[in-house]
Amino acid sequence: MSDANKQMVEQYRNDFLREVEDNVEEGEWVKMCMQCGVCSGSCPLGPHWDHPPQELFAMIRAGKRDEVLQSSSMWMCTSCYNCIVRCPRELPITHIMHGLAHYAKRLGMAPKEQPTHKFSQLFWNNLVKTGRVNELRLGLSLYFMNGIGEGIKTSLKMQKIGLGMLMTKRLTPMELIGGHKCKDARGLQAILKKAEELEAARIPVAGK
Amino acid sequence: MSDEIKTGAYICKGCGLGDRLDCGQLATIAEREGKANVVKEHDFLCNAEGVAMIQNDIDNEGVNKVVIAACSRRSKSEAFNFENVAISRTNLREGVIWVRPDTDEAKETTQEMAADYVRMGCAEIKYMTLPQSSEEGSAGSNSLLVAGGGIVGMTAAIEAAAAGYPVTVVEKSGQLGGGAAFEYKRVPERMPYAEPEDNGVAEMIARLEADSKITVHLNSTITKTSGAPGRFSADISTESGSTSTENFGAIIMASGASNYDANQLPELGYGKTPDVVDQAGLEKLAMEANGGPIKRPSDGKEVENVVFVQCAGQRSTKEGHLPYCSGHCCLTSIKQAMYFKDQNPKIDTNIIYSDMRTPGAGGEDFYRSGQQKGITFTKGSVSEVTVGANGPEVKFSDLILAQEVNGKADLVVLATGQVPNSGIDIDLPVTADVEDIDLDNLVPEVKVESILNLTYRQGPDLPHLKNGFNDSHFICFPYETRRTGIYSAGPVRRPMDMAQAKEDATGAALKAIQALENAKLGRAAHPRSGDLSFPSFRKEGCTQCKRCTVECPFGAIDEDEERYPQFNESRCRRCGTCMGACPVRVISFDNYSVETVGQQLKAVDIPDEFDEKPRILVLACENDAYPALDMAAQNGNNYSEFARVVPVRCLGSVNTIWITDALNSGYDGIILMGCQKGENYQCHFVKGSEIAHVRMSKIDDTLQSLSLEAERVATYEVAITDIERAPQLINDMAETVEKVGMSPFKF
Repeated sequence: MSDANKQMVEQYRNDFLREVEDNVEEGEWVKMCMQCGVCSGSCPLGPHWDHPPQELFAMIRAGKRDEVLQSSSMWMCTSCYNCIVRCPRELPITHIMHGLAHYAKRLGMAPKEQPTHKFSQLFWNNLVKTGRVNELRLGLSLYFMNGIGEGIKTSLKMQKIGLGMLMTKRLTPMELIGGHKCKDARGLQAILKKAEELEAARIPVAGK
Repeated sequence: MSDEIKTGAYICKGCGLGDRLDCGQLATIAEREGKANVVKEHDFLCNAEGVAMIQNDIDNEGVNKVVIAACSRRSKSEAFNFENVAISRTNLREGVIWVRPDTDEAKETTQEMAADYVRMGCAEIKYMTLPQSSEEGSAGSNSLLVAGGGIVGMTAAIEAAAAGYPVTVVEKSGQLGGGAAFEYKRVPERMPYAEPEDNGVAEMIARLEADSKITVHLNSTITKTSGAPGRFSADISTESGSTSTENFGAIIMASGASNYDANQLPELGYGKTPDVVDQAGLEKLAMEANGGPIKRPSDGKEVENVVFVQCAGQRSTKEGHLPYCSGHCCLTSIKQAMYFKDQNPKIDTNIIYSDMRTPGAGGEDFYRSGQQKGITFTKGSVSEVTVGANGPEVKFSDLILAQEVNGKADLVVLATGQVPNSGIDIDLPVTADVEDIDLDNLVPEVKVESILNLTYRQGPDLPHLKNGFNDSHFICFPYETRRTGIYSAGPVRRPMDMAQAKEDATGAALKAIQALENAKLGRAAHPRSGDLSFPSFRKEGCTQCKRCTVECPFGAIDEDEERYPQFNESRCRRCGTCMGACPVRVISFDNYSVETVGQQLKAVDIPDEFDEKPRILVLACENDAYPALDMAAQNGNNYSEFARVVPVRCLGSVNTIWITDALNSGYDGIILMGCQKGENYQCHFVKGSEIAHVRMSKIDDTLQSLSLEAERVATYEVAITDIERAPQLINDMAETVEKVGMSPFKF
């Protein structure tokens, strides 16, 4: 038996399916997929996914743990809910996609350079700091997400819009320093920390 | 009623007939040419007044033959239902005014069309008599014989007994229950269709034993069956050799199916290791485990990982495989995977399928229940099962992930199929030398002993259709076989699961009861239910050619000691195929004969060659083609004014003399419209259309001898939905006639 085949031996057992059921939000639905492919056909971004949802479900059942968790596919989901609406088995596919992305992220297996993944992190960091989303900073950090050169280029391109927003008082330059906060940002951070602890107790995190 | 023949012709002027046609002229034709004794016109013949007028003539004027020139025979059949008189319906509405445009140019030919139909109606009635029922089955038996004591046979027995009819069940083996008795549990039959349930066999056996109307013969076979519905006589022989003869009104064949021999699948590991079993093998393991952990046969290890291989040796064109889907195996595998999951949810169960097919009301729910229990379904195709160091190894390609996999399992279950126990294929020796047999589609016979041992001339068992299953019209008329009064039910007629088989058995029991009751009254079974006419023959004219006995689609005709045909009326379905077959035209029905149709086509006025008015004879099957033409008329689809349509009971009843006569009397074209033939036949009489096509393929000789073009006669398969095509075929023939010219046989 070739090495490739040896690796296959433990595939098509249900270990990974059980792991997904235990740890992924709505993961207990994965077994209910009947492989009709309506989700894949309905996804507006479908052609750009490496593995459309129905294929991800088949991979989970086939025990392809690394391929699934390292996949960029579930990060492609835009939450349009087409798949949920159309799934004849009524799987909450959108939620499962986000659940899988989240689980992969916790395990540190999510693809680092995937733009959605990157932006999600920026968003999170931005939000947690003050308890409010600082749109100016979030926008700028998005421009500079892929380095200074691209950041300056994008900023110059968006200059006109920025000035227009400034004129119509849609944008305050003061947000760059500090910005507005929620009433008790520290309290919020404490809540989030506790939540993280609780979740870590339930689901393993990266490095453990 | 006096013996004197008195014909009444009634012409309706309703539905626009009076406006479009000169009904006075039609009345004159009926009187002068049709020789009707009473001729009346009425503005609205089918209303109470019109019907009362006809009834009054029947009651008081001695009218005993009625021609109703109004709408199609398929309309107003309740209004024009007069008892104790022969009735001919002349179709002026759907047949004439609705298929012709209401224009001044068309008026003349439309009137000619109507006049011809009135002549035809009067000609037909002249040769029709009122059918008197055959006395054959009047002292009919009320008992039912059920061949087979499995789920199907037991269900049929219970249902028939519940309806008040005595039943005798003959079972070959020593116990009732058939294959189901060897199943640990069965697929659920009621909501919520989630859990496997008790196989129910013990309960059914108890009901059978408790029922005084049911007699069971175990270890017995039917060694001889003769007779006809209402008066079947069967020899029931026990293994020990004793034989008893009993009479029955009808028979249900419930001989079921055997398991496909998995030894023919060495590539899937069967026979190479005991850890590869078929579904029956797994039922045995489950029964041994009886709720405990299922152990694999080789070393008794508790199974932790089981793989189910669907479509093993079936839905495959490979030699020795079954070409069909057995219909139950997907649900059975889900059920069997549940045996494992219910005992221990940690056991991995993987069902490798190519198409998940879960028929029946609860099929999808049961599939979903299986998924909820954690059964894994993998769309794939298994190429090989080999014997590894620790158990079987399954080589398959995953069709979703497009990869080749070599997976391990503790136990492999092959979902092999069903092979019907349908007895001897009586068509094989007969057709072998005349028709090409598709050798690839022949299924290896598991058993070749006859089930029924019929003494019928055509052979000892029910004819097969395909893949060894009994021929039953499985879409339109399930259970109906080609032997009247003998109904097949369950997997002997098509692959099916237990729930479907029970439904089948119930249906067949009711059909069997209907058949024996019909036989008592001398009435036909489906599709001419209630028809009292039956074929009779003029013995002096018979040449003993045996064509009728061979061609009868229902094997109704045997031979008597003098080698003359013996018709067994209650076996007959009244299709008239025998009448069409008879070269000396001695077979006829009271109300349907070579004359009733032959005189109609001769009654048509054939205009002179130079009138440019050809005549096209359309012989249309009354079951599909004639309704199609009627519906075409209702939709306003026109066809040629030169067509004259005669409905026939079945295209099989068309005697070639009609074709010859029509050509000799100057018809320019002839169209025969029958139903679809072949394996997917739509013919109500199964073989009628096919036989007609064969006969017509030889009509070229007749045409040649008359020096006529072959295009003048065309035979088509027409479906009831062909409301565009059927008129088009007529118009095509009109064009053809224009092309090849008028027939030279006009006088």
